[in-house]
Amino acid sequence: MNTRRTGAEAVAEKGWLRAHKWLILRRISQFGILALFLLGPLAGIWVVKGNLNYSYTLNVLPLTDPYVALQSLATGRVPEKLGLIGVAIVLVFYFLVGGRSFCSWVCPVNIVTDAAGWLRQRLGIKGSVHLARQTRYWILGMTLVGSALTGVVLWELINPVSMLHRGLIFGLGAAWTVVLAVFLFDLFVMSRGWCGHLCPVGAFYSLLGRWSPVRVAAPRRAACNDCMDCFEVCPEPQVIRPALKGESRGVGPVILAANCTNCGRCVDVCSKDVFSYGLRFNNPASTGGTPPAPGEAR
Amino acid sequence: MTKKLMKTDSPKTRVARRQFIFDSARMACGVGMLGLGLGLYAKQAKALPALALRPPGALPEDDFLGACIRCGLCVRDCPYNTLELAKPEMPVATGTPYFTARNIPCEMCEDIPCVKACPTQALDHALTDINKSKMGIAVLIDHETCLNFLGLRCDVCYRVCPVIDKAITLEMVSNQRTGRHAMFLPTVHSEHCTGCGKCEKSCVLEEAAIRVLPPKLAQGALGKHYRLGWEEQKKAGRSLLDESKMLDLPDRLPEGTSLPGHYDPASGQTAPPARDGSGSQGGVMPSLPPGLGGKP
Repeated sequence: MNTRRTGAEAVAEKGWLRAHKWLILRRISQFGILALFLLGPLAGIWVVKGNLNYSYTLNVLPLTDPYVALQSLATGRVPEKLGLIGVAIVLVFYFLVGGRSFCSWVCPVNIVTDAAGWLRQRLGIKGSVHLARQTRYWILGMTLVGSALTGVVLWELINPVSMLHRGLIFGLGAAWTVVLAVFLFDLFVMSRGWCGHLCPVGAFYSLLGRWSPVRVAAPRRAACNDCMDCFEVCPEPQVIRPALKGESRGVGPVILAANCTNCGRCVDVCSKDVFSYGLRFNNPASTGGTPPAPGEAR
Repeated sequence: MTKKLMKTDSPKTRVARRQFIFDSARMACGVGMLGLGLGLYAKQAKALPALALRPPGALPEDDFLGACIRCGLCVRDCPYNTLELAKPEMPVATGTPYFTARNIPCEMCEDIPCVKACPTQALDHALTDINKSKMGIAVLIDHETCLNFLGLRCDVCYRVCPVIDKAITLEMVSNQRTGRHAMFLPTVHSEHCTGCGKCEKSCVLEEAAIRVLPPKLAQGALGKHYRLGWEEQKKAGRSLLDESKMLDLPDRLPEGTSLPGHYDPASGQTAPPARDGSGSQGGVMPSLPPGLGGKP
C-alpha cells in the first residue's frame, strides 16, 4: 500500500503555498463571508444582515437562496420584491461562476465535510456505505413535492447548511448536534457522504450550474503521470475522468459535469499543473499538442 | 454500454433493465421514507406552542411556514430585541421568528420595521397600522389570583396597555366579599387587542394572570347562523317582527304593581298601555325591586 501523502509530490514540486493556493483562497472566502455575517452581531458593524437563506448587504444588495425560494414557491408563496430581486441576482451569479461554487466557496458545511474527508484519509478509514450519487436529486425532488404537499418549506426543517450558518449568527442551540452528525457520517459511514450524495442544496446548485461558463479544465492532460492525487482529493472524483482521460475518445479537457464544485483542489494537488480554471467554450477535442509539463515527464 | 440495436432484448439488457427498475424502486422507497418522516415532522412543526407569538402581520401558522424563508431580517430590524429565531431543539419550526411576551413583549413600533424587513409575504406588508395587528389576544386567564379580582387596585395591565381604554377597560362591579367596595375588573376587548403582550410582561404576579394566547385558543365563536336580535334591530332601524302580533307569555309581577300593556294572569286583566311615555308613574313597576337602591 502506498503510504505517501496525497499531494506530497505537488508540494515537493511547487512548494507548499502553490500546492494549497486554491484551498487557502477557498477557506478565506468561506471564513470571510462568515466573518461578514458575524461582524454585525459580534461587533455591531452591520455590513450584512440575515443569513444564507436571505441577506441584505449595506441596505442595497438583497441575496436570496433560490432553492429555499423555490420550496416556498411550491407551497404557493411568492417572495416580496426584494426577495425576488435577490433570487435573480443569485441565479445569475451562480450560473456564471458555476452552480456548485456555492458549495466549495461559500457553504459552511463544506468546511465540516472537508475536515471529515481529510481525517478519513489520514486515519485510513476505507469502508464506505454505497449509495448512488443521484440520491441527492431524488431528495431534491422529494423536498419540492413535499413542500407543496405539506405547505411547509420542508428542507428548512432539518437543513444542516442553514442550521449551521444561521446558528453561528443567531445562536447555535442544538444545531451543533446536526453538524456533528454530518461530520461523523462523512467520517465513518460514507466517504463524501453528505455533500457528494445527499445534500439537495448542492443538487439544486449543480442543476443551476449545468451550463455554467466557468469550469475547471485539464488543458495539459498530456502531462498527466497517473499519480491519482486529483482523484484522491476531489469531492466528486467521477467528474474528472471524462476530461482527464478523454483524449482517445475525442472528449475535450473541460470538466463539464455539473457536480464539479469548482473547488480547484485538483489544480493545487497536481504536480504537473495539468488542471486550471477556464471557460467551458475553450474545449478542443484534442489537446495532444500541449507541450510537456515543466520538469521531467515520467 | 452496448449501442447495438436489437429487435429482441438480449438477456444482458433485460438484466440491466431489471437492475435499473430495482435500483429506482430502492431509491424511491428510501427517499420516500425520508419524505414521510419530514412530512410528519412538518405537521408537528405547525403546532405552535401557545406562548410563542409570531411577529406583527404574520400569516396564519399554516401559511407562515410556507412563506417564511428563515432569514432573520425581522429579528435584526426589531429595535427592542423582541424577536428571536427558533433553535432546532425548540418546539417552534427551526429558524422561524417568534417572541415570548413574558420575556420581551412587542413595543408596537409605528413604522413596523420587522414587517418592512421581511423579504417574503410571511409578514403581511399590507399591515401599515400597528394597531391593526393581531399577534394574539390577551386573556385574563386567572380570576383567582388577579389582584383586581381580589378587590385590590393593581391595574398594571390596564395602565401599560398601548391601546388603553379600548383593548383593556376596567369594569366596575360590586365587591361581594366586603359588600361595600367596588372591584375594577380588567376586561380585554378582542377587537382592539393587538396581542403585543405588554400586559402579560408587566403582570405583577409570579405567574402572569393575564396572558396573550393565539386567537384560536382565546376566542369562542358564535354559530354562523346566530343573529343578535338587538343588533339586527339596530341595523334595520326597527323591529324585524310585527310587535303587535308578538305573543307575550304571562309572568308574575310583585303584588300591587302593574306594567302598562301587561297581561296579569291573576286578575285576567291587561293593564292599559302607557300614555305620554311616562311608564314609571303612579303605582307601576319600580325600576328596582323594593329595598334595593331606588329612592331613599
